[in-house]
Amino acid sequence: MPDRPARRIVILGGGTGGTLVANRLRRTYGDETSITVIDRDDAHVYQPGLLFMPFGLAEPSEIVRSRRAQLHSGIDFRLAEVDRVELDERIVRLADDTEVGYDVLVIATGASLQPEETEGLDGAEWGRSIHTFYSLAGASALRPALESFASGRLVVNIVEMPIKCPVAPLEFCFLADWQLRRRGVRDDVEITFVTPLDAAFTKPVASERLGGLIGDKGIRMETEFSTGRVDGPGRRLLSWDEREVPFDLLVTIPAHGGAAYVGRSAGLGDDLGFVPADPHTLQSKAQANVFVIGDASNVPTSKAGSVTHFEGETIVENVGLFLEGEAPVASYDGHANCFIETGFHKALLIDFDYEVEPQPGRYPEPHLGPLSLLGESRLNHLAKLAFQPLYWHVLLQGHDVPGISSHFHPHGRGAAEQLLGGQP
Amino acid sequence: MTTTRLAGTTVEVDAEGFLTDPAQWNEQIAAEIASANGIEPLTDRHWQVIRFMRETYLQTGSAPSIRSLGKTSGVPIKELYALFPKGPAKLAAKIGGIPKPRGCI
Repeated sequence: MPDRPARRIVILGGGTGGTLVANRLRRTYGDETSITVIDRDDAHVYQPGLLFMPFGLAEPSEIVRSRRAQLHSGIDFRLAEVDRVELDERIVRLADDTEVGYDVLVIATGASLQPEETEGLDGAEWGRSIHTFYSLAGASALRPALESFASGRLVVNIVEMPIKCPVAPLEFCFLADWQLRRRGVRDDVEITFVTPLDAAFTKPVASERLGGLIGDKGIRMETEFSTGRVDGPGRRLLSWDEREVPFDLLVTIPAHGGAAYVGRSAGLGDDLGFVPADPHTLQSKAQANVFVIGDASNVPTSKAGSVTHFEGETIVENVGLFLEGEAPVASYDGHANCFIETGFHKALLIDFDYEVEPQPGRYPEPHLGPLSLLGESRLNHLAKLAFQPLYWHVLLQGHDVPGISSHFHPHGRGAAEQLLGGQP
Repeated sequence: MTTTRLAGTTVEVDAEGFLTDPAQWNEQIAAEIASANGIEPLTDRHWQVIRFMRETYLQTGSAPSIRSLGKTSGVPIKELYALFPKGPAKLAAKIGGIPKPRGCI
């Protein structure tokens, strides 16, 4: 075995990306590498579960586990706050001023919520009439507020893109509609979805389908609304172009940015704190020995767990190639898929990549499914629920989910059929 | 993808009227797109934003988001909306001859 010292791989962040990359690297390269994962806490949150918490459909105890416990033996876990990365010195400087040297650095610190970026958002009404479900504390606090809400204006607002899981705000609207109907108070509540986009979603065909569902459920939609400030006491959202949307209960998705240390690390991030990376190799633009996985990067696909999972394979291969002195492979194609809960025990599923937008069809097997793309079904909902154990036991452990490829396969979808049908 | 005539030259545009090749752009084209979108004339402040958008796109391969513009273009967000009503990032990109910002995915 190797006569050279173990190569030092440091992974910042012990969430979805950091954990699955650490475990894959450990399994692939064994003692040829030393792997250190650094995170500031030991609470790994299954983030898709946050959507369900306000509706009493998930409990914190079910969706939070120890970060350390998800890492295979032989991987070092350090609880520490990162102060900054010093790229030229190949050092991570911790808040207590200790240095951690690396040969390869993997950035996996995700996106952070920045309510302070919006004037008036995190004022006195935060936690009272203004809530978010994008954090564990927020989702917990929203539950009683929603349960006691029986009449008035419920506004669900995306302050600004990009956000994690761009479909979650829509799912929240659908689940709120369902819960209010079950409680018999739906007619007394007006639900409005307020988005900076010009449609329900970022991609045209999916937008049309989702827009149809929104209409069917009696949810109002305010598009191209770029939130400028929030008048908490007056309970109004105000756009930069001086439109206003009044609310009694605001569920906001605050602006996102990268982790704070990115901004303190010269040359690492962009002005929002995301780390520019090659969209296909996931190598950072800053340095060849720095790779970026998941929400932390600026690559143009959804900030979603599925993306992080599919990126894992590419990162692990490219870390190995880098250590061998070889060029990285451009194998990541932007593949993303997301279940969209639509209430009433149903969900739909979308699957797309950098080039091909979500289309109707079947997944993962063309024509056979069993899951339907862009169509509501009970099976999709059950699949979404079934995913959580797979997350902990398969995905984080660094295994592939059976039947689910990292790469996007357009076969069996509407677009592909049109193409095969002879359209250029 | 279709072609259209702008300022006396033929350029390629997408379904929403964004130029697909930034190299086909020039200042006369910018003025014509601006005018078609209700912005006339283009002032120095407009140009500051348009040039910033183009430079950022040509350097990084993606257009800046509105928050990013507000932080780094030297023009505050409030004014961006006054200069380019409704969607400053989108409209400035269109006038600047670069693809629609993909910040929204």
